[in-house]
Amino acid sequence: MASLKEIKGRIQSTKKTKQITSAMEMVSASKLNKAQQNAQRYEPYTKKIKDVVSGIAAGSSGISHPMLEERPVKKTGYIAIFTDQGLAGAYNSNILRDLMQKLRERHQSKDEYTVIVIGRTGRDLLKRYGIPMFDEITGLPDQPSFNDIKNVTRLAVDLYANEDVDELYIWYNHFINPIQQKVTEKKLLPLTEEVSEEDSKGTAQYEYEPSPEAILKQLLPQYAESLIYGALLDAKASEFGARMTAMSAATDNANNMVDDLTLSYNRARQAAVTQEITEIVGGAAALE
Amino acid sequence: MATMHLSVVTPDGSVFDGEVEMVSVRAESGEMGILPGHVPTVAPLKIDAVRIKYENKVKLLAVSEGFVEVRSDAVNILAESAETPGEIDPKRARIAKERAEERLDRINEEEIDVMRAKLALKRANTRLKVSEGS
Repeated sequence: MASLKEIKGRIQSTKKTKQITSAMEMVSASKLNKAQQNAQRYEPYTKKIKDVVSGIAAGSSGISHPMLEERPVKKTGYIAIFTDQGLAGAYNSNILRDLMQKLRERHQSKDEYTVIVIGRTGRDLLKRYGIPMFDEITGLPDQPSFNDIKNVTRLAVDLYANEDVDELYIWYNHFINPIQQKVTEKKLLPLTEEVSEEDSKGTAQYEYEPSPEAILKQLLPQYAESLIYGALLDAKASEFGARMTAMSAATDNANNMVDDLTLSYNRARQAAVTQEITEIVGGAAALE
Repeated sequence: MATMHLSVVTPDGSVFDGEVEMVSVRAESGEMGILPGHVPTVAPLKIDAVRIKYENKVKLLAVSEGFVEVRSDAVNILAESAETPGEIDPKRARIAKERAEERLDRINEEEIDVMRAKLALKRANTRLKVSEGS
């Protein structure tokens, strides 16, 4: 059995760790709260744009735009959202696992795809596996505003517009609740599903100034960008949820460990006391 | 006076939501004044100030990358950013303006940079205009 001093040291260090994990749990909880609010505030914007886009698509047939049409796929682009910091449980490894699996299924060679990676952990992981990266974005704020990520969205949309890639997917953890995240793949471009013949309710015939085509030209990139932003907000909420859960599990574990250690500490102390008494009694008996 | 509902929405949340008497915007095709009962319209907006008239007040918003959707009873402005005079930092806008102007002076650069500098200049000018309330 370990010595009393050793056990005492371990109890103290475990308690210190527990302080850190429980503080991180609380920080994550409050960040999660904010992230959820951000996601809520963003909701009306994307919904409105979608309304108008599908209104245009439904109201006037025969409009074409590169972002609405499928073209033969020579190269696929992926955006993968990871975290900057670790300590978020299986958050990053889940995405990595699913992404790698899909990449292997879909592509024969590494020339067929490229990845825009968001988050430091993701960058390191993908680099280790030799995945071709088009660009990496790290150090995004915890509560990103649309302005903060504009470079990312523009980069991705331009990649498609310049025909560097012929389709664009985004990978992220979808927030279900604080303890559940689901790895999600979403097709961003071309926008075939989004703007299918879904009839938009209550959208009367609009006058288009100057023309439906000109509006689509501005609106579709804006819509695609807003989808990326939405995914990012969702991913951020998941990140904090995952971190909160991981930290709360770590705190619980630390508690259990402190209990166990305290028990063995008491046992060891009792054993030492008993031994001492036995020795004294033995010594006294020997004198008689 | 007749009013209509205006909402200005950005990805970072709603900026304005309420009954207004008139909205005037600068669309790609020119200045557009919208009164209640306007024909349903969709139009992209230039980077410029949006003028909102309500309760005998005039409010300015600096809007970039947006469009306006007019319905029979409501007007929606969706933009990547929309700022009220209080949110604008005039000092920052002035610095941005100078930087953009300086960049435009060095013309022999790539086309994209010129485009970006021009847009930045426009945004800075709009912000200054709105914050000064002119």
